[in-house]
Amino acid sequence: MSMNNQGRPSSVDQISVDKGDAGEAFPASIATISGDRGLDHEEALIFELGHGAVGVDLADVNVGEARLGGMRRKAAIGLPGLSEPEVIRHYVRLSRKNYAIDSGLYPLGSCTMKHNPRLNEKVARLPGFGDLHPLAPQSTTQGALELISQLMNWLTTLTGMPAVAMSPKAGAHGELCGLLAIRAAIAARGETRPRILVPQSAHGTNPATAAFAGFTVDEVPAKPNGHVDAAALKAKLGPDVAAIMLTNPNTCGLFEGEIIDIAKAVHEAGAYFYCDGANFNAIAGKVRPGDLGIDAMHINLHKTFSTPHGGGGPGAGPVVLSERLAAFAPVPLLVADDKGLRLIEDMEAVPQGAKPFGRMCAFHGQMGMFTRALTYMLSHGRDGVRQASEDAVLSANYILASLKDVMSAPYGDGPCMHEALFDDSFLEGTGVTTLDFAKAMIDEGYHPMTMYFPLVVHGAMLIEPTESESKASLDRFIHVLRTLALEARAGKTQRFAGAPHLAPRRRLDETAAARKPVLRWKPDPVPVAAE
Amino acid sequence: MRYLPLTTDDRRAMLGRIGAPDVDTLFRDVPKSALIPLSAIDLPDTQGELEVERAMSKLAAKNVAAGAAPFFCGAGAYKHHVPSAVDHLIQRSEFLTSYTPYQPEIAQGTLQYLFEFQTQVALLTGMEVANASLYDGSTATAEAVLMAQRITKRGKAILSGGLHPHYAETVETVASLAGAVSRSPVTPGSAEDIISLIDEETACVVVQSPDVFGLIRNLRPIADAAHAKGALLVAVVTEVVSLGLLEPPGAQGADIVAAEGQSIGNGLNFGGPYVGLFATREKFLRQMPGRLCGETVDVEGRRGYVLTLSTREQHIRREKATSNICTNSGLCCLAFTIHLSLLGEEGLTRLARINHAKASALADKLVSVPGVEVLTSAFFNEFTVKLPKPAAPVVEALAAKGVIAGVPASRLLPRDKGCDNLLILAVTETNTDDDFDALVGALKEIL
Repeated sequence: MSMNNQGRPSSVDQISVDKGDAGEAFPASIATISGDRGLDHEEALIFELGHGAVGVDLADVNVGEARLGGMRRKAAIGLPGLSEPEVIRHYVRLSRKNYAIDSGLYPLGSCTMKHNPRLNEKVARLPGFGDLHPLAPQSTTQGALELISQLMNWLTTLTGMPAVAMSPKAGAHGELCGLLAIRAAIAARGETRPRILVPQSAHGTNPATAAFAGFTVDEVPAKPNGHVDAAALKAKLGPDVAAIMLTNPNTCGLFEGEIIDIAKAVHEAGAYFYCDGANFNAIAGKVRPGDLGIDAMHINLHKTFSTPHGGGGPGAGPVVLSERLAAFAPVPLLVADDKGLRLIEDMEAVPQGAKPFGRMCAFHGQMGMFTRALTYMLSHGRDGVRQASEDAVLSANYILASLKDVMSAPYGDGPCMHEALFDDSFLEGTGVTTLDFAKAMIDEGYHPMTMYFPLVVHGAMLIEPTESESKASLDRFIHVLRTLALEARAGKTQRFAGAPHLAPRRRLDETAAARKPVLRWKPDPVPVAAE
Repeated sequence: MRYLPLTTDDRRAMLGRIGAPDVDTLFRDVPKSALIPLSAIDLPDTQGELEVERAMSKLAAKNVAAGAAPFFCGAGAYKHHVPSAVDHLIQRSEFLTSYTPYQPEIAQGTLQYLFEFQTQVALLTGMEVANASLYDGSTATAEAVLMAQRITKRGKAILSGGLHPHYAETVETVASLAGAVSRSPVTPGSAEDIISLIDEETACVVVQSPDVFGLIRNLRPIADAAHAKGALLVAVVTEVVSLGLLEPPGAQGADIVAAEGQSIGNGLNFGGPYVGLFATREKFLRQMPGRLCGETVDVEGRRGYVLTLSTREQHIRREKATSNICTNSGLCCLAFTIHLSLLGEEGLTRLARINHAKASALADKLVSVPGVEVLTSAFFNEFTVKLPKPAAPVVEALAAKGVIAGVPASRLLPRDKGCDNLLILAVTETNTDDDFDALVGALKEIL
């Protein structure tokens, strides 16, 4: 089928005859004149829509050269011009091509796609927060500092840890902060410890961060039951080990029951215990990481505390720190004195005993996420936070119990935490892969679960329903997944081949995208390779 | 609790199917000693929306919003007018409550705006390719230095004295692991001789323009000198509206551009979340950090977009990744790209000219205040003045009079005695003649 450059069929007669072999189970498309289909509009790139209009009313002011140092721009930028209604229509049409929590269950394991309360959005936009400059005189920002201080209290209380560094901008940035604090603590002891132990099941960010922070990564295997191999871990401990990075609950959705024992061994070896807090939503208000012997843990405010995921950010990754690491927290530090709260931004003017390792970023962290997270916490309260964790765990177990007879749950003998892990052995011999299964879920109106992660099981499918789903929603989801699994196993695989059929796009050619990258629009379009 | 749909009956029925007598049975892997009772948590209980909003509003009211006073703070974060359409659009559920586009078939909305964003950033900076955003300008600068260290296989990074000190500290914190990071001395209001510092071990020079004192730098001679020694030029922009009026770094020989995009589309938010812009030359593409969105086709030949070249990234490459970054600034780059679409070529150019004209007008007025000297000769919308006494107490005194006068250089460079009397002032389209009169009048009273 040939296409014009807006992705629409170029002519009506070409569309109805084009049937992929994968599409046989579905009625042939009814061609439309526009190429749009009901509520599903094709949308060109903004650069193709521009026509010299302007979406703002600003005065045309002339400026002289006197103060530009001879550096005035010589060439045009090349930006398209559109009016406000055109811009709004463009982005509204784009938005409708996205799946979202607000429109359906989003069971992406390890991502905690829970409800995002709108009060949090409203609060973040109060002028006293949203329109506050980070370097405004501190006497005019006391409310903001008080908010940060309250949030710090919530985070340290819920985790049972004495200190928290607020500035990291996302989970991976928090990991880096934690490892740099560990590096500084080791250096302060006059030691060098180049090695970090990371379990096989860890998120990719863990080994990446360890390498980023200048450590070598040593992988620890998982046991057949999905837990980290504590004996193998202990055997790897030694005077050259700086830390272990363990996720708990782990990425198989299991609580590492030997964690206190592991922490003890780690500390006896002179190393530190970094915990990836991505899965804190399973245990907030139930278990305090500080009671487990953890030295540092980042908290993804965009997961556990519901700041919106926003299509991939912004996040926020404050790091709670144990007594052994607290002194090494990066600037800025928040202190209280007779004049109120104060940010200490100068590394050489810190209170006695503080030895900050450096600075993670400009200014003071993701304040817009802090306002939302604190609003979430105040709304839930300690009882609501605890209930949310219990409901998240209950919902995941309900899914596990309802699916494990038709899908294969490698660790399904016992309860899971807030996510249920399946592998692809139930699809063996069906010709259907994890990818096909996930893509068929799209046709059923669901976002797929996390696929092919963790790496410790074959064809992993990691389902995290969160506490935000009603029982009716869970039941419907279970019904769909059971039916898909039963159909696949019964050889009724038509719907899986080449799925999705009913999304704004069908499977996209990722190989071509990577082989010959087209990463921006260019004024003279190169024809898309039509083979 | 209004956000939790499960009822007591639901929970009971669900436990029944699981075959667990109570929810704590599901936590059986947790060591008994570690399972705490609710009473052990010294925090308040759940509250209604009304009560929470009241409490948060009280905190907000203790701050002086930028819009509530004549306001002149900049130094890496700028108060601009953001059209209403921007905030409305980014709050659409489909943008706000989706995640990283791991499933491209149902994330074309996010992917297409990322592709458009990458194009806009490349055009604005004059570079060939841009990524789908990093956390902010400071972390983007640190990533740029790490990238230069990888490309050149050299460790040494030279930071201009005009680089925002928070940026310099951020770079030092991460890049000093791979080599020596040094800062050239601070020379407020004039360019330093950074060229003489470049040698055969240098991975990159990092120069901000306009610099932290507002001075517009000519990057071309520095780029040429760096290239002659096999080093790269990392250009930093903290006020991205300036690119509507000034020669872009790409036209001056920059190899990597790291910029703060907050000025377009994003509020001040007390320092974050912001959006890091990151652009480079095509030949360095595979050393780039962060997500990239690329064009492709689906099985029916229709144009579509996917995340691509992910073999650089942590979830594939793990410890061999170019960066550990995972989450980026999705919604902030959406705000950026919508605002820039509303502005277009003409709007951005006009906005930039208005900023420069207003800043020039204030500089002219400040000259009339006895003892005040404007140090920055060439600037965009931000300049530095020298006061006859230390700037920090002056700023506090002006705040008490209801004028937020700018950022004392000593807040950023507390140990540089030459900075004590310096005040950095930013002026944008939001400032009025009344603001200028209020500032000039208050300064005359205090000095």
